[in-house]
Amino acid sequence: MIHFDKVSKVYPDKYVALEGVSFSIEAQEFVSIVGHSGAGKTTLIKMLLAEDRPTEGKVHYHSTDINKLSRRDINDFRRKIGVVFQDFRLLPRKNVYENIAFAMEAAGRTDEEIEADVPYVLKLVDLENKIWNFPGELSGGEKQRVAIARAIVNQPDIVIADEPTGNLDPINTYEIVQILKKVNDLGTTVLLTTHNKGVVDSVGKRVITMERGKIIRDDPKGNYVL
Amino acid sequence: MKSGFFGLVRNGFVSLSSIFTMVVTLAVIVSLMFGSAILSTTLATLKDKVDLNVYFVIGSEEADILAMKKTLETLPEVRSVEYISDDQALVNFREKHKDDQSYFKALEELDYNPLGAALNVKAQEPSQYEGVAQFLSQTENITAADGSVLVDKINYLQNKTVIDRLARLIGAAETAGFIATIILVIISVLITFNTVHLVIFMSKDEISVMRLVGASSFYVRGPFIVTGLFYGLAAGLITLILAYPITLSLGDLTENFFIGFNLFDYFVANFAQFFLVVIGSGLLIGAVSSYLAVRKYLRT
Repeated sequence: MIHFDKVSKVYPDKYVALEGVSFSIEAQEFVSIVGHSGAGKTTLIKMLLAEDRPTEGKVHYHSTDINKLSRRDINDFRRKIGVVFQDFRLLPRKNVYENIAFAMEAAGRTDEEIEADVPYVLKLVDLENKIWNFPGELSGGEKQRVAIARAIVNQPDIVIADEPTGNLDPINTYEIVQILKKVNDLGTTVLLTTHNKGVVDSVGKRVITMERGKIIRDDPKGNYVL
Repeated sequence: MKSGFFGLVRNGFVSLSSIFTMVVTLAVIVSLMFGSAILSTTLATLKDKVDLNVYFVIGSEEADILAMKKTLETLPEVRSVEYISDDQALVNFREKHKDDQSYFKALEELDYNPLGAALNVKAQEPSQYEGVAQFLSQTENITAADGSVLVDKINYLQNKTVIDRLARLIGAAETAGFIATIILVIISVLITFNTVHLVIFMSKDEISVMRLVGASSFYVRGPFIVTGLFYGLAAGLITLILAYPITLSLGDLTENFFIGFNLFDYFVANFAQFFLVVIGSGLLIGAVSSYLAVRKYLRT
């Protein structure tokens, strides 16, 4: 489904963020990418979202070379991916309903679909009672659950969670991991980046370990080992 | 449309500052419209006061004078020619000097009309009087059918310096007004553009999230352009509402100062034009500023 083929990224100041990275992810897998800060996890996510281009190598989604997509095709491609960030990135001037609805509007969904799906997806993340609240009125855990709801509402092929528990306490961290596992159980591929050992160990699935821009370990049922 | 409207309401303070910046820009445009109207009215009045008088030899045949009037009227630079007969000239003279008995006594001692007929020539532009004067300096143009001298005096030469200076002044005022208009409008538009840019800069995270969920450029740009249009509409309406009491209070003052130009009367008489220009400029500046400002954040 996703294939990184000898991908390297060297920034203009000669900083090597990725060096010869190759791996594949199959449909419906749950893959954790772990490593210290600066290991290259976020750069790898940017390559996958076509936010940045590799200096060398290719990133394929099925048979499509992501870096050869046009502007319009990149928009279509991104609608197949749901993204969850450490800092939530909710729109502060939109309420919970609108934050999720705009992702559906962007994907060209109808008003009827939006009215039906937003409450449904909020129920999945156990947040239906906060539907009209603004992000400023929510706790960190609640914000992250809204972000997950936004990421899954368009039924994407992949959900990328980039350090989703970085700003959360242990209880909220546990709940977010459980929601991501539920999303994966429902058939969506999940790609999780984290440096939280507890999170990785509790998932108990494939772990790719990165260090200084390289993959140093790829365990099918791994633990966090560094 | 809905997102654009909510963008305006929920950004309260920032929206207000953008709208007031646009009000300043639109006020500059309105002031320039008034300035241009005042300039053209004043110049038209001044131009109208400039003329060229052709005085005829006493006893000239009216038919010869009217023939010359007809010839002058065929010149492209001539706007109008007014014929004043010798009798009319005497009536005008008496009217002008009715309070001065010495003139009346002098006239009574003469048993004939000492004043000749005249033609008052008005050109299209002050600079064209020289051409008319040159035409009249050619002998064949100022002699009667029987070959006798018809024209006694042309007063153009006496007024030439004043006319030339006025023509230059009018030209300079028009050029300076045009340049000032362009510069002021550019400065105002740049200030408005920067304010709108600031509003959109504050939303750059919002734009980046929209891009990451696969929103098209149109979807991202749309609400900002609608918000820009709302800013322009609100600023335009505020400008027009403010213009009413301001022009009303300045009406009498301007009427006395600018040779009969009443600011308020002009505003009311040309309201449709003001409405179109102010609201149109507001909408255009709002939409274009938003379009250009968002473009920068659509590149990722």
